Amino acid sequence: MIYFNQVFKIYSADSVALKDINLTIESKEFVSLVGRSGAGKSTLLKILLAEEAPSKGEVFFESVNIHYMPRRKLPFLRRKIGMVFQDFRLLSGKTVFENIAFAMEASGRSTKDIEENIPYVLDLVGLTDKSHRFPHELSGGEGQRVAIARAIINRPDVVVADEPTGNLDPENTREIIRILEKINELGTTIILATHNKGVIDSLGKRVVTLEDGKIIRDDKKGKYTL
Amino acid sequence: MFFTKLKRVIRAGFMSFWRNGWVSLASILVVVITLFTIGSLVFFKGGLDALVAQLKDKVDITVYFKPEAQEQDIMTIKTAVSKLSETKDVAYVDREQALESFKERNKNNALLMQSLDELGENPLGASLNIKAKEISQYESIANFLNSHMNSGASDYIDKINYFENKRVIERLSVLTDSAQRFGVIISLVLAGVAILVTFNTIRLTIYSSREEIEVMRLVGASNKFASGPFIVEGVMYGVVSAIITMIMFFPVTMWLGALTENFLSGMNVYNYYIQNFGQIFVILLIIGVLICSVSSFIAIRRYLRV
Ligand SMILES: Nc1ncnc2c1ncn2[C@@H]1O[C@H](COP(=O)(O)OP(=O)(O)O)[C@@H](O)[C@H]1O
Ligand SMILES: [Mg+2]
Repeated sequence: MIYFNQVFKIYSADSVALKDINLTIESKEFVSLVGRSGAGKSTLLKILLAEEAPSKGEVFFESVNIHYMPRRKLPFLRRKIGMVFQDFRLLSGKTVFENIAFAMEASGRSTKDIEENIPYVLDLVGLTDKSHRFPHELSGGEGQRVAIARAIINRPDVVVADEPTGNLDPENTREIIRILEKINELGTTIILATHNKGVIDSLGKRVVTLEDGKIIRDDKKGKYTL
Repeated sequence: MFFTKLKRVIRAGFMSFWRNGWVSLASILVVVITLFTIGSLVFFKGGLDALVAQLKDKVDITVYFKPEAQEQDIMTIKTAVSKLSETKDVAYVDREQALESFKERNKNNALLMQSLDELGENPLGASLNIKAKEISQYESIANFLNSHMNSGASDYIDKINYFENKRVIERLSVLTDSAQRFGVIISLVLAGVAILVTFNTIRLTIYSSREEIEVMRLVGASNKFASGPFIVEGVMYGVVSAIITMIMFFPVTMWLGALTENFLSGMNVYNYYIQNFGQIFVILLIIGVLICSVSSFIAIRRYLRV
Protein backbone atom coordinates (compact mmCIF):
# COMPACT_ATOMS: atom_id res chain seq x y z
CA MET A 1 0.00 0.00 0.00
CA ILE A 2 1.12 3.50 -0.87
CA TYR A 3 -0.07 6.52 1.04
CA PHE A 4 0.57 10.20 0.33
CA ASN A 5 -0.40 12.40 3.27
CA GLN A 6 -0.70 16.17 2.68
CA VAL A 7 2.31 16.24 0.38
CA PHE A 8 3.64 19.52 -1.02
CA LYS A 9 6.51 19.97 -3.40
CA ILE A 10 7.82 23.49 -3.73
CA TYR A 11 10.79 23.70 -6.11
CA SER A 12 10.87 27.46 -5.70
CA ALA A 13 8.45 30.28 -4.86
CA ASP A 14 7.14 30.41 -8.44
CA SER A 15 7.31 26.67 -9.06
CA VAL A 16 5.00 24.77 -6.76
CA ALA A 17 4.64 21.34 -8.32
CA LEU A 18 2.39 19.58 -5.78
CA LYS A 19 -0.19 21.05 -3.43
CA ASP A 20 -1.73 19.05 -0.61
CA ILE A 21 -1.69 15.62 -2.24
CA ASN A 22 -3.65 12.95 -0.39
CA LEU A 23 -3.68 9.65 -2.18
CA THR A 24 -3.98 6.01 -1.22
CA ILE A 25 -3.09 3.24 -3.64
CA GLU A 26 -3.98 -0.28 -2.66
CA SER A 27 -1.96 -3.35 -3.42
CA LYS A 28 -2.56 -4.84 -6.92
CA GLU A 29 -4.35 -1.72 -8.15
CA PHE A 30 -3.86 -0.27 -11.64
CA VAL A 31 -3.90 3.51 -11.28
CA SER A 32 -3.56 6.01 -14.10
CA LEU A 33 -2.28 9.47 -13.29
CA VAL A 34 -3.42 12.00 -15.86
CA GLY A 35 -3.04 15.70 -16.38
CA ARG A 36 -1.52 18.25 -18.71
CA SER A 37 2.16 18.63 -19.08
CA GLY A 38 3.46 20.42 -15.98
CA ALA A 39 0.58 19.23 -13.78
CA GLY A 40 2.98 17.46 -11.41
CA LYS A 41 2.78 13.80 -12.46
CA SER A 42 6.51 13.23 -12.72
CA THR A 43 7.15 15.05 -9.47
CA LEU A 44 4.67 12.82 -7.65
CA LEU A 45 6.40 9.71 -8.98
CA LYS A 46 9.89 11.04 -8.19
CA ILE A 47 8.82 11.58 -4.62
CA LEU A 48 7.59 8.00 -4.46
CA LEU A 49 11.02 6.81 -5.61
CA ALA A 50 12.78 9.19 -3.22
CA GLU A 51 14.45 10.86 -6.18
CA GLU A 52 13.03 14.09 -4.79
CA ALA A 53 12.08 14.85 -1.20
CA PRO A 54 8.66 16.40 -0.40
CA SER A 55 8.73 19.95 0.94
CA LYS A 56 5.98 19.06 3.35
CA GLY A 57 3.95 15.99 4.23
CA GLU A 58 4.86 12.33 4.27
CA VAL A 59 4.83 9.32 1.97
CA PHE A 60 4.43 5.79 3.22
CA PHE A 61 5.30 2.64 1.38
CA GLU A 62 4.02 -0.40 3.28
CA SER A 63 3.94 1.58 6.54
CA VAL A 64 7.50 2.86 6.09
CA ASN A 65 7.90 6.61 5.85
CA ILE A 66 10.27 6.60 2.92
CA HIS A 67 11.69 10.05 3.47
CA TYR A 68 12.83 9.11 6.94
CA MET A 69 14.80 6.21 5.56
CA PRO A 70 18.58 6.39 5.77
CA ARG A 71 20.09 6.86 2.31
CA ARG A 72 21.88 3.56 2.32
CA LYS A 73 18.49 1.81 2.62
CA LEU A 74 17.17 3.48 -0.54
CA PRO A 75 18.33 0.70 -2.87
CA PHE A 76 16.08 -1.71 -0.97
CA LEU A 77 13.05 0.54 -1.51
CA ARG A 78 13.91 0.90 -5.20
CA ARG A 79 14.13 -2.84 -5.67
CA LYS A 80 10.50 -3.03 -4.53
CA ILE A 81 9.45 -0.36 -7.02
CA GLY A 82 10.23 -0.97 -10.68
CA MET A 83 10.55 2.24 -12.66
CA VAL A 84 9.85 2.80 -16.38
CA PHE A 85 10.66 6.17 -17.97
CA GLN A 86 9.46 7.94 -21.08
CA ASP A 87 13.02 7.93 -22.49
CA PHE A 88 13.66 4.28 -21.48
CA ARG A 89 16.98 5.11 -19.75
CA LEU A 90 18.73 1.90 -20.65
CA LEU A 91 22.45 1.59 -19.94
CA SER A 92 23.89 2.24 -23.38
CA GLY A 93 27.08 0.22 -22.89
CA LYS A 94 25.23 -2.94 -21.92
CA THR A 95 23.27 -5.44 -24.00
CA VAL A 96 19.58 -6.18 -23.45
CA PHE A 97 20.50 -9.17 -21.33
CA GLU A 98 23.04 -7.18 -19.31
CA ASN A 99 20.65 -4.28 -18.76
CA ILE A 100 18.15 -6.60 -17.17
CA ALA A 101 20.85 -8.54 -15.35
CA PHE A 102 22.19 -5.30 -13.89
CA ALA A 103 19.08 -4.79 -11.76
CA MET A 104 19.40 -8.35 -10.48
CA GLU A 105 23.13 -8.14 -9.86
CA ALA A 106 22.64 -4.89 -7.99
CA SER A 107 20.21 -6.58 -5.64
CA GLY A 108 22.59 -9.47 -5.09
CA ARG A 109 20.73 -12.25 -6.86
CA SER A 110 22.78 -15.32 -7.70
CA THR A 111 24.16 -15.90 -11.17
CA LYS A 112 22.08 -19.05 -11.49
CA ASP A 113 18.97 -17.11 -10.53
CA ILE A 114 19.81 -14.47 -13.13
CA GLU A 115 20.30 -16.98 -15.90
CA GLU A 116 17.03 -18.71 -15.11
CA ASN A 117 14.88 -15.60 -14.75
CA ILE A 118 15.92 -13.44 -17.66
CA PRO A 119 14.68 -15.78 -20.41
CA TYR A 120 11.34 -15.81 -18.65
CA VAL A 121 10.88 -12.00 -18.65
CA LEU A 122 12.35 -11.69 -22.13
CA ASP A 123 9.62 -14.05 -23.24
CA LEU A 124 7.01 -12.04 -21.35
CA VAL A 125 7.97 -8.84 -23.23
CA GLY A 126 8.60 -10.72 -26.49
CA LEU A 127 12.32 -10.05 -26.91
CA THR A 128 13.81 -13.50 -26.60
CA ASP A 129 15.72 -13.20 -29.87
CA LYS A 130 17.15 -9.73 -29.13
CA SER A 131 18.92 -10.44 -25.88
CA HIS A 132 22.41 -9.66 -27.22
CA ARG A 133 21.54 -6.39 -28.91
CA PHE A 134 22.71 -3.06 -27.61
CA PRO A 135 20.09 -0.37 -26.88
CA HIS A 136 20.99 1.64 -29.99
CA GLU A 137 20.20 -1.43 -32.08
CA LEU A 138 16.59 -1.53 -30.86
CA SER A 139 13.42 0.20 -32.02
CA GLY A 140 11.61 2.48 -29.58
CA GLY A 141 9.00 -0.11 -28.72
CA GLU A 142 11.67 -2.73 -28.11
CA GLY A 143 13.70 -0.38 -25.95
CA GLN A 144 10.69 0.32 -23.76
CA ARG A 145 9.97 -3.39 -23.45
CA VAL A 146 13.52 -3.94 -22.23
CA ALA A 147 12.96 -1.20 -19.67
CA ILE A 148 9.80 -2.94 -18.51
CA ALA A 149 11.63 -6.25 -18.27
CA ARG A 150 14.27 -4.56 -16.14
CA ALA A 151 11.58 -2.98 -13.96
CA ILE A 152 9.84 -6.27 -13.19
CA ILE A 153 12.83 -8.60 -12.97
CA ASN A 154 13.20 -8.25 -9.20
CA ARG A 155 9.49 -9.01 -8.74
CA PRO A 156 8.68 -5.56 -7.36
CA ASP A 157 5.46 -4.86 -5.53
CA VAL A 158 4.86 -1.80 -7.67
CA VAL A 159 5.74 -0.78 -11.21
CA VAL A 160 5.80 2.96 -11.80
CA ALA A 161 5.66 4.07 -15.45
CA ASP A 162 6.11 7.76 -16.28
CA GLU A 163 4.64 8.37 -19.75
CA PRO A 164 6.07 5.08 -21.02
CA THR A 165 4.33 5.48 -24.36
CA GLY A 166 5.15 9.15 -24.87
CA ASN A 167 7.78 8.39 -27.51
CA LEU A 168 5.96 5.50 -29.19
CA ASP A 169 3.61 5.03 -32.11
CA PRO A 170 0.03 3.76 -31.50
CA GLU A 171 0.86 0.15 -32.19
CA ASN A 172 3.79 0.06 -29.78
CA THR A 173 1.71 2.01 -27.29
CA ARG A 174 -0.96 -0.69 -27.33
CA GLU A 175 1.71 -3.36 -26.93
CA ILE A 176 3.28 -1.64 -23.90
CA ILE A 177 -0.10 -1.13 -22.24
CA ARG A 178 -0.98 -4.77 -22.88
CA ILE A 179 2.23 -5.85 -21.16
CA LEU A 180 1.52 -3.57 -18.18
CA GLU A 181 -1.98 -5.06 -17.88
CA LYS A 182 -0.53 -8.53 -17.92
CA ILE A 183 1.97 -7.64 -15.19
CA ASN A 184 -0.93 -6.25 -13.19
CA GLU A 185 -2.89 -9.46 -13.64
CA LEU A 186 0.12 -11.36 -12.27
CA GLY A 187 -0.31 -9.35 -9.05
CA THR A 188 1.79 -6.21 -9.33
CA THR A 189 0.52 -2.71 -8.54
CA ILE A 190 0.84 -0.40 -11.54
CA ILE A 191 1.02 3.40 -11.45
CA LEU A 192 0.89 4.83 -14.95
CA ALA A 193 1.36 8.53 -15.66
CA THR A 194 0.12 9.51 -19.10
CA HIS A 195 -1.79 12.10 -21.07
CA ASN A 196 -2.77 9.68 -23.79
CA LYS A 197 -6.59 9.74 -23.95
CA GLY A 198 -6.89 6.54 -25.97
CA VAL A 199 -4.86 4.60 -23.45
CA ILE A 200 -6.94 5.76 -20.49
CA ASP A 201 -10.26 5.11 -22.16
CA SER A 202 -9.33 1.61 -23.23
CA LEU A 203 -8.10 0.65 -19.76
CA GLY A 204 -11.27 1.25 -17.80
CA LYS A 205 -9.35 1.38 -14.52
CA ARG A 206 -8.94 3.95 -11.74
CA VAL A 207 -7.96 7.44 -12.97
CA VAL A 208 -6.50 10.18 -10.79
CA THR A 209 -6.48 13.59 -12.45
CA LEU A 210 -3.95 16.29 -11.53
CA GLU A 211 -4.18 19.95 -12.37
CA ASP A 212 -1.69 22.57 -11.25
CA GLY A 213 -0.34 20.25 -8.64
CA LYS A 214 -3.69 19.38 -7.11
CA ILE A 215 -5.81 16.24 -7.40
CA ILE A 216 -9.06 17.41 -8.97
CA ARG A 217 -10.68 14.06 -9.66
CA ASP A 218 -10.32 10.42 -8.60
CA ASP A 219 -12.62 7.99 -10.47
CA LYS A 220 -12.84 4.27 -9.84
CA LYS A 221 -13.51 3.44 -13.49
CA GLY A 222 -12.43 6.59 -15.16
CA LYS A 223 -12.35 8.13 -18.57
CA TYR A 224 -9.94 10.82 -19.68
CA THR A 225 -11.63 14.15 -18.99
CA LEU A 226 -9.93 17.50 -18.67
CA MET B 1 27.82 -12.19 -1.40
CA PHE B 2 30.59 -9.64 -1.02
CA PHE B 3 32.82 -11.55 -3.41
CA THR B 4 30.04 -12.10 -5.91
CA LYS B 5 29.44 -8.36 -5.97
CA LEU B 6 33.16 -7.60 -6.15
CA LYS B 7 33.49 -9.97 -9.07
CA ARG B 8 30.54 -8.32 -10.82
CA VAL B 9 31.95 -4.84 -10.25
CA ILE B 10 35.36 -5.84 -11.62
CA ARG B 11 33.82 -7.54 -14.61
CA ALA B 12 31.63 -4.53 -15.34
CA GLY B 13 34.70 -2.28 -15.10
CA PHE B 14 36.66 -4.42 -17.57
CA MET B 15 33.73 -4.59 -19.94
CA SER B 16 33.15 -0.87 -19.91
CA PHE B 17 36.88 -0.27 -20.39
CA TRP B 18 36.86 -2.52 -23.41
CA ARG B 19 33.59 -1.40 -24.98
CA ASN B 20 34.32 2.29 -24.61
CA GLY B 21 37.54 1.75 -26.49
CA TRP B 22 37.96 5.29 -27.77
CA VAL B 23 37.21 6.94 -24.48
CA SER B 24 39.61 4.57 -22.74
CA LEU B 25 42.26 5.24 -25.35
CA ALA B 26 41.93 9.01 -24.98
CA SER B 27 42.14 8.83 -21.21
CA ILE B 28 45.13 6.50 -21.37
CA LEU B 29 46.87 8.89 -23.73
CA VAL B 30 46.56 11.69 -21.20
CA VAL B 31 47.67 9.48 -18.33
CA VAL B 32 50.65 8.27 -20.39
CA ILE B 33 51.69 11.89 -20.96
CA THR B 34 51.42 12.50 -17.23
CA LEU B 35 53.43 9.43 -16.33
CA PHE B 36 55.95 10.20 -19.05
CA THR B 37 56.43 13.65 -17.56
CA ILE B 38 56.85 12.23 -14.08
CA GLY B 39 59.20 9.51 -15.33
CA SER B 40 61.29 12.07 -17.18
CA LEU B 41 61.56 14.03 -13.96
CA VAL B 42 62.97 10.93 -12.28
CA PHE B 43 65.61 10.70 -15.01
CA PHE B 44 66.23 14.42 -14.83
CA LYS B 45 66.83 14.12 -11.11
CA GLY B 46 69.15 11.16 -11.68
CA GLY B 47 71.09 13.14 -14.26
CA LEU B 48 71.25 16.23 -12.13
CA ASP B 49 72.49 14.27 -9.13
CA ALA B 50 75.16 12.65 -11.28
CA LEU B 51 76.19 16.03 -12.66
CA VAL B 52 76.40 17.58 -9.21
CA ALA B 53 78.32 14.60 -7.87
CA GLN B 54 80.69 14.87 -10.77
CA LEU B 55 81.28 18.59 -10.21
CA LYS B 56 81.74 18.06 -6.50
CA ASP B 57 84.24 15.35 -7.25
CA LYS B 58 86.33 17.78 -9.27
CA VAL B 59 86.76 20.07 -6.29
CA ASP B 60 89.61 19.36 -3.91
CA ILE B 61 92.39 20.97 -1.95
CA THR B 62 95.94 20.10 -2.85
CA VAL B 63 98.77 20.74 -0.45
CA TYR B 64 102.06 20.94 -2.36
CA PHE B 65 105.19 20.14 -0.40
CA LYS B 66 108.66 21.39 -1.13
CA PRO B 67 110.89 18.75 -2.73
CA GLU B 68 113.05 18.62 0.37
CA ALA B 69 110.10 17.93 2.73
CA GLN B 70 110.49 14.86 4.93
CA GLU B 71 108.00 12.06 4.41
CA GLN B 72 107.50 12.00 8.17
CA ASP B 73 106.28 15.61 8.20
CA ILE B 74 103.95 14.93 5.32
CA MET B 75 102.50 11.94 7.13
CA THR B 76 101.92 14.04 10.25
CA ILE B 77 99.86 16.49 8.21
CA LYS B 78 98.02 13.66 6.46
CA THR B 79 97.07 12.05 9.76
CA ALA B 80 95.93 15.35 11.22
CA VAL B 81 93.78 16.19 8.20
CA SER B 82 92.30 12.68 8.05
CA LYS B 83 91.06 13.12 11.60
CA LEU B 84 88.98 16.19 10.69
CA SER B 85 85.28 15.42 10.59
CA GLU B 86 84.92 17.36 7.32
CA THR B 87 87.43 15.19 5.48
CA LYS B 88 86.18 12.47 3.21
CA ASP B 89 89.43 11.30 1.73
CA VAL B 90 93.13 12.16 1.69
CA ALA B 91 95.34 10.85 -1.10
CA TYR B 92 99.12 10.98 -0.83
CA VAL B 93 101.01 11.53 -4.07
CA ASP B 94 104.75 10.99 -3.54
CA ARG B 95 107.50 12.64 -5.57
CA GLU B 96 107.88 9.68 -7.93
CA GLN B 97 104.19 9.60 -8.74
CA ALA B 98 104.15 13.34 -9.20
CA LEU B 99 106.96 13.03 -11.72
CA GLU B 100 105.24 10.16 -13.51
CA SER B 101 102.00 12.03 -13.97
CA PHE B 102 103.87 15.18 -14.94
CA LYS B 103 105.65 13.24 -17.67
CA GLU B 104 102.46 11.63 -18.75
CA ARG B 105 100.71 14.96 -19.04
CA ASN B 106 103.52 16.57 -20.99
CA LYS B 107 104.76 13.72 -23.08
CA ASN B 108 104.10 15.66 -26.28
CA ASN B 109 106.11 18.63 -25.14
CA ALA B 110 109.59 17.65 -26.37
CA LEU B 111 111.28 20.77 -25.08
CA LEU B 112 109.98 20.28 -21.56
CA MET B 113 110.94 16.60 -21.59
CA GLN B 114 114.40 17.43 -22.75
CA SER B 115 115.03 20.01 -20.03
CA LEU B 116 113.68 17.59 -17.45
CA ASP B 117 116.20 15.00 -18.60
CA GLU B 118 118.99 17.55 -18.48
CA LEU B 119 118.05 18.47 -14.94
CA GLY B 120 118.83 14.92 -13.93
CA GLU B 121 116.88 14.98 -10.68
CA ASN B 122 113.20 15.14 -9.72
CA PRO B 123 112.25 18.80 -9.27
CA LEU B 124 108.73 18.01 -8.07
CA GLY B 125 107.53 17.81 -4.53
CA ALA B 126 104.99 15.39 -3.04
CA SER B 127 101.40 16.49 -2.49
CA LEU B 128 98.30 15.64 -0.49
CA ASN B 129 94.98 15.60 -2.27
CA ILE B 130 92.15 16.28 0.14
CA LYS B 131 88.45 15.84 -0.50
CA ALA B 132 85.77 17.17 1.83
CA LYS B 133 82.37 15.63 2.34
CA GLU B 134 80.62 18.83 1.30
CA ILE B 135 81.82 21.67 -0.86
CA SER B 136 81.10 24.16 1.91
CA GLN B 137 83.56 22.38 4.19
CA TYR B 138 86.68 23.17 2.17
CA GLU B 139 86.95 26.51 3.84
CA SER B 140 87.45 25.06 7.30
CA ILE B 141 89.91 22.44 6.07
CA ALA B 142 91.86 25.19 4.37
CA ASN B 143 91.84 27.23 7.56
CA PHE B 144 93.12 24.25 9.50
CA LEU B 145 96.00 23.81 7.05
CA ASN B 146 96.70 27.50 7.12
CA SER B 147 97.12 27.47 10.87
CA HIS B 148 99.68 24.69 10.42
CA MET B 149 101.51 26.87 7.92
CA ASN B 150 101.68 29.64 10.44
CA SER B 151 103.08 27.40 13.14
CA GLY B 152 106.19 26.24 11.33
CA ALA B 153 104.91 23.98 8.61
CA SER B 154 105.74 26.62 6.04
CA ASP B 155 109.28 25.20 6.13
CA TYR B 156 108.18 22.25 4.08
CA ILE B 157 104.78 23.24 2.60
CA ASP B 158 105.14 25.01 -0.68
CA LYS B 159 101.56 26.15 -1.15
CA ILE B 160 97.91 25.28 -0.63
CA ASN B 161 95.83 25.72 -3.74
CA TYR B 162 92.52 26.41 -2.02
CA PHE B 163 93.09 30.08 -1.74
CA GLU B 164 93.61 30.34 -5.46
CA ASN B 165 90.43 28.40 -6.17
CA LYS B 166 88.36 29.82 -3.37
CA ARG B 167 86.00 31.87 -5.49
CA VAL B 168 85.39 29.10 -8.00
CA ILE B 169 84.65 26.63 -5.26
CA GLU B 170 82.22 28.96 -3.53
CA ARG B 171 80.38 29.64 -6.74
CA LEU B 172 80.15 25.98 -7.53
CA SER B 173 78.67 25.36 -4.12
CA VAL B 174 75.94 27.93 -4.73
CA LEU B 175 75.34 26.62 -8.24
CA THR B 176 74.84 22.99 -7.29
CA ASP B 177 72.57 23.92 -4.42
CA SER B 178 70.32 26.08 -6.53
CA ALA B 179 70.31 23.60 -9.42
CA GLN B 180 68.95 20.97 -7.10
CA ARG B 181 66.41 23.30 -5.52
CA PHE B 182 65.29 24.52 -8.94
CA GLY B 183 64.98 20.92 -10.12
CA VAL B 184 62.67 20.08 -7.25
CA ILE B 185 60.45 23.12 -7.87
CA ILE B 186 60.20 22.48 -11.62
CA SER B 187 59.39 18.84 -10.94
CA LEU B 188 56.63 19.70 -8.50
CA VAL B 189 55.06 22.24 -10.85
CA LEU B 190 55.17 19.95 -13.88
CA ALA B 191 53.88 16.97 -11.95
CA GLY B 192 51.10 19.13 -10.50
CA VAL B 193 49.99 20.34 -13.92
CA ALA B 194 50.06 16.82 -15.33
CA ILE B 195 47.99 15.49 -12.45
CA LEU B 196 45.42 18.26 -12.84
CA VAL B 197 45.04 17.53 -16.54
CA THR B 198 44.52 13.84 -15.81
CA PHE B 199 42.00 14.60 -13.11
CA ASN B 200 40.01 16.76 -15.50
CA THR B 201 40.07 14.19 -18.27
CA ILE B 202 38.72 11.50 -16.00
CA ARG B 203 36.16 13.88 -14.61
CA LEU B 204 34.91 14.49 -18.15
CA THR B 205 34.56 10.80 -18.95
CA ILE B 206 32.58 10.31 -15.78
CA TYR B 207 30.54 13.43 -16.44
CA SER B 208 29.45 11.85 -19.71
CA SER B 209 28.19 8.85 -17.72
CA ARG B 210 26.34 10.84 -15.09
CA GLU B 211 22.89 9.93 -16.39
CA GLU B 212 23.74 6.26 -16.40
CA ILE B 213 24.94 6.49 -12.83
CA GLU B 214 21.61 8.04 -11.93
CA VAL B 215 19.74 5.25 -13.70
CA MET B 216 21.78 2.64 -11.86
CA ARG B 217 20.79 4.24 -8.57
CA LEU B 218 17.12 4.33 -9.62
CA VAL B 219 17.01 0.65 -10.52
CA GLY B 220 18.25 -0.20 -7.05
CA ALA B 221 22.04 -0.21 -7.17
CA SER B 222 23.87 0.87 -4.05
CA ASN B 223 26.39 3.68 -4.35
CA LYS B 224 29.26 1.22 -4.21
CA PHE B 225 27.79 -1.04 -6.84
CA ALA B 226 27.08 1.85 -9.21
CA SER B 227 30.44 3.56 -8.80
CA GLY B 228 32.68 0.50 -8.37
CA PRO B 229 33.08 -0.21 -12.11
CA PHE B 230 34.26 3.36 -12.71
CA ILE B 231 36.93 2.99 -10.06
CA VAL B 232 37.98 -0.33 -11.60
CA GLU B 233 38.19 1.42 -14.96
CA GLY B 234 40.34 4.13 -13.39
CA VAL B 235 42.70 1.53 -11.97
CA MET B 236 42.94 -0.04 -15.42
CA TYR B 237 43.80 3.30 -17.01
CA GLY B 238 46.60 3.61 -14.47
CA VAL B 239 47.99 0.11 -15.01
CA VAL B 240 47.83 0.19 -18.80
CA SER B 241 49.34 3.67 -18.92
CA ALA B 242 52.22 2.70 -16.64
CA ILE B 243 53.03 -0.26 -18.90
CA ILE B 244 52.86 1.84 -22.08
CA THR B 245 55.03 4.54 -20.53
CA MET B 246 57.66 2.01 -19.49
CA ILE B 247 57.76 0.63 -23.03
CA MET B 248 58.09 4.14 -24.46
CA PHE B 249 61.09 4.83 -22.26
CA PHE B 250 63.09 2.07 -23.97
CA PRO B 251 63.71 3.84 -27.28
CA VAL B 252 63.73 7.28 -25.68
CA THR B 253 66.42 6.50 -23.13
CA MET B 254 68.39 4.48 -25.64
CA TRP B 255 68.49 7.51 -27.90
CA LEU B 256 69.31 9.89 -25.04
CA GLY B 257 71.82 7.48 -23.54
CA ALA B 258 74.69 8.28 -25.91
CA LEU B 259 73.94 11.98 -25.66
CA THR B 260 74.04 12.11 -21.88
CA GLU B 261 77.09 9.91 -21.66
CA ASN B 262 79.06 12.51 -23.56
CA PHE B 263 78.65 15.28 -21.06
CA LEU B 264 77.90 13.29 -17.93
CA SER B 265 80.69 10.82 -17.49
CA GLY B 266 79.41 7.76 -15.72
CA MET B 267 75.72 8.55 -16.29
CA ASN B 268 74.01 6.84 -19.17
CA VAL B 269 70.22 7.34 -19.01
CA TYR B 270 69.61 4.03 -20.71
CA ASN B 271 71.72 2.13 -18.19
CA TYR B 272 70.10 4.08 -15.40
CA TYR B 273 66.69 3.07 -16.77
CA ILE B 274 67.62 -0.59 -17.08
CA GLN B 275 69.20 -0.72 -13.65
CA ASN B 276 66.25 0.96 -11.96
CA PHE B 277 63.57 -0.61 -14.15
CA GLY B 278 61.67 -2.29 -11.33
CA GLN B 279 61.74 0.75 -9.12
CA ILE B 280 60.64 3.17 -11.85
CA PHE B 281 57.85 0.83 -12.92
CA VAL B 282 56.52 0.54 -9.38
CA ILE B 283 56.65 4.32 -8.93
CA LEU B 284 54.77 4.96 -12.18
CA LEU B 285 52.29 2.18 -11.46
CA ILE B 286 51.46 3.52 -8.03
CA ILE B 287 51.22 7.12 -9.24
CA GLY B 288 49.11 6.13 -12.27
CA VAL B 289 46.69 3.96 -10.33
CA LEU B 290 46.39 6.48 -7.53
CA ILE B 291 45.76 9.48 -9.78
CA CYS B 292 43.18 7.65 -11.88
CA SER B 293 41.28 5.88 -9.15
CA VAL B 294 41.23 8.88 -6.83
CA SER B 295 40.10 11.12 -9.72
CA SER B 296 37.33 8.67 -10.56
CA PHE B 297 36.32 8.50 -6.94
CA ILE B 298 36.17 12.27 -6.50
CA ALA B 299 34.41 12.81 -9.82
CA ILE B 300 31.75 10.20 -9.25
CA ARG B 301 30.77 11.30 -5.78
CA ARG B 302 28.87 14.24 -7.27
CA TYR B 303 26.55 11.99 -9.23
CA LEU B 304 25.58 9.68 -6.42
CA ARG B 305 23.19 12.05 -4.70
CA VAL B 306 20.04 10.59 -6.30
N1 LIG C 1 13.75 20.36 -10.85
C1 LIG C 1 12.78 21.29 -10.95
N2 LIG C 1 13.01 22.56 -10.54
C2 LIG C 1 12.06 23.49 -10.63
N3 LIG C 1 10.83 23.27 -11.09
C3 LIG C 1 10.54 22.02 -11.52
C4 LIG C 1 11.49 20.97 -11.47
N4 LIG C 1 10.92 19.84 -11.95
C5 LIG C 1 9.66 20.18 -12.29
N5 LIG C 1 9.42 21.48 -12.02
C6 LIG C 1 8.16 22.19 -12.23
O1 LIG C 1 7.16 21.52 -11.50
C7 LIG C 1 5.97 21.47 -12.25
C8 LIG C 1 5.51 20.01 -12.40
O2 LIG C 1 6.41 19.35 -13.24
P1 LIG C 1 6.31 17.79 -13.58
O3 LIG C 1 6.11 17.07 -12.30
O4 LIG C 1 7.47 17.41 -14.40
O5 LIG C 1 4.97 17.76 -14.43
P2 LIG C 1 4.45 16.64 -15.44
O6 LIG C 1 5.26 15.42 -15.27
O7 LIG C 1 3.02 16.45 -15.06
O8 LIG C 1 4.55 17.21 -16.81
C9 LIG C 1 6.23 22.15 -13.56
O9 LIG C 1 5.73 23.48 -13.46
C10 LIG C 1 7.71 22.15 -13.67
O10 LIG C 1 8.15 23.29 -14.36
MG1 LIG D 1 6.41 14.35 -16.69
